[in-house]
Amino acid sequence: MIRFTRVTKEFPRTGVALREVSFHVARGEFVFLTGPSGAGKSTILKLCYLDARPDAGEVRVAGTSSVAIRGNDVPKLRRKLGVIFQNFRLLEDRTVEANIGFALEVTGAPADSIAPKVARLLTQVGLASKATAFPSELSGGEQQRVAIARALANDPVLVIADEPTGNLDERATRGVFQLLRDINAAGTTIVMATHDLDLVKRANCRTLELNHGSLVFDSGAAMLAGAPLAEGST
Amino acid sequence: MSLATREAFNGFRRSPVLSVLSIMTIAFSLYAFGLFGLVALNIRAALAQVEDRVEIRAFVADGTTAEATSTAAGDIGAFPEVQSVTFVTSEEALERARKDLGEFSDVFEAGILPASLDVQLKPGFRDPATVKAVADRLKTYDFADDVRYGEEWVQKLYRIRNIATLAGIVLGLAFAGVAVIIIGSTIRMAVLARAREIAIMRLVGATDGFIRSPFLIDGAVKGTLGGVLALALTWVSFSLITRFVITAQFFDVRLVIAGVAAGAVLGFIGSALSVSRHLRNV
Ligand SMILES: Nc1ncnc2c1ncn2[C@@H]1O[C@H](COP(=O)(O)OP(=O)(O)OP(=O)(O)O)[C@@H](O)[C@H]1O
Ligand SMILES: [Mg+2]
Repeated sequence: MIRFTRVTKEFPRTGVALREVSFHVARGEFVFLTGPSGAGKSTILKLCYLDARPDAGEVRVAGTSSVAIRGNDVPKLRRKLGVIFQNFRLLEDRTVEANIGFALEVTGAPADSIAPKVARLLTQVGLASKATAFPSELSGGEQQRVAIARALANDPVLVIADEPTGNLDERATRGVFQLLRDINAAGTTIVMATHDLDLVKRANCRTLELNHGSLVFDSGAAMLAGAPLAEGST
Repeated sequence: MSLATREAFNGFRRSPVLSVLSIMTIAFSLYAFGLFGLVALNIRAALAQVEDRVEIRAFVADGTTAEATSTAAGDIGAFPEVQSVTFVTSEEALERARKDLGEFSDVFEAGILPASLDVQLKPGFRDPATVKAVADRLKTYDFADDVRYGEEWVQKLYRIRNIATLAGIVLGLAFAGVAVIIIGSTIRMAVLARAREIAIMRLVGATDGFIRSPFLIDGAVKGTLGGVLALALTWVSFSLITRFVITAQFFDVRLVIAGVAAGAVLGFIGSALSVSRHLRNV
């Protein structure tokens, strides 16, 4: 589903953000991306949804390669992905259902298919009763559920979540995380960046750890190599 | 497309002043083209009538033999520009002058007017430059005493027409340039106002074309409105002129439609030129 091959990313003023990062995520996996602030988590995710291009190396996501992008490849790829953020990124001047419908509308879904699809998505994230509310009228956890519903609108094969629980309290965090686990259980691959080490520990999922732009630990690779999980480096 | 159309009309609500300004500059641009185009059109119509009568008269010098004259006439008749050559004798010239001048006909005595070769040019060769070229060539003949052609006012009409055309093009292009600039800043505002939406559209996989289309529709609609406004202004000006100055002719339906369409194209191009540039920054 995702393959990074010796990916290096550099920014003009801030220097190297990622250095020769290689890893692979298979279909159906649930992977945590951890590491201190500035380690490069968001950068890896941006490379995944092609918001950024690598300066060296190759990123392959859902059949699209960063080294051979043409015309509408980027929008085509994004229709296969769902992306969610710490700050939700909802349109404040539209209702919950309009926010979700928007994602369907702008990708050319037939008009009469939108309303039933939105209703189904809202039921899936447990917000059927809030369809006509505005984002400002919802709690943080509820807003994130709306964002998740929007991310699921195009039936993604991969969901990319950049600290989706970063703004949420304990309870809301558990709720949103469980929702993501359910989505994963239904077959969608999920990569989630997070600072929440408790969550990571409890969940027992594969974890990629970054530090200063380098991949310093991969629990999946560690397990394959037979190394004990606890030892964290290289 | 319904979303794109809706968003295009939201642009008017979002920045009404700039929208009106865009429409007005497009209108002025097309009005300049229209007004001077109208002048050029009417002069052209007048010229077309005048041109039918354009002829070059080469007066035959005293003492030229009849053979020499008719040889020259045959020669001249073979010029590619020449339609016909008529020999007018001294008597015929007098007769013609009498008819033209009516009551003053008495002043002419036989023999005062010289014989001439009257040269008619083919359609398409009746512009001042060609007329002058042919006239100059006639002057090189021995028989030719004096060569007269194209009353000066024909050339004046041509000059006025050219000036009107040039003025229309220059003013029209200047306004078109201003229109493009103003549309550009309208687009910039609209893109900024919608930056969040555009970011989300991109994120969920809307194509660039889809994201661009509301701005292009917006531009084309403004351009069309500008075109209609220009048409109204031109028509009012035309009516006033016809009523108080001189009867003239207006553009035919095809030109009117072309003018309004030009507005749409201008608005569309103005938007297209700036939308990609501004979208890159959000
Ligand atoms: N658009 C950008 N322009 C310049 N530098 C950037 C940009 N985005 C990220 N960086 C730099 O790249 C490095 C990695 O940033 P990144 O956002 O990936 O970190 P992160 O692991 O997501 O951090 P956090 O946990 O705080 O979100 C940082 O040093 C940052 O300054
Ligand atoms: Mg980050």
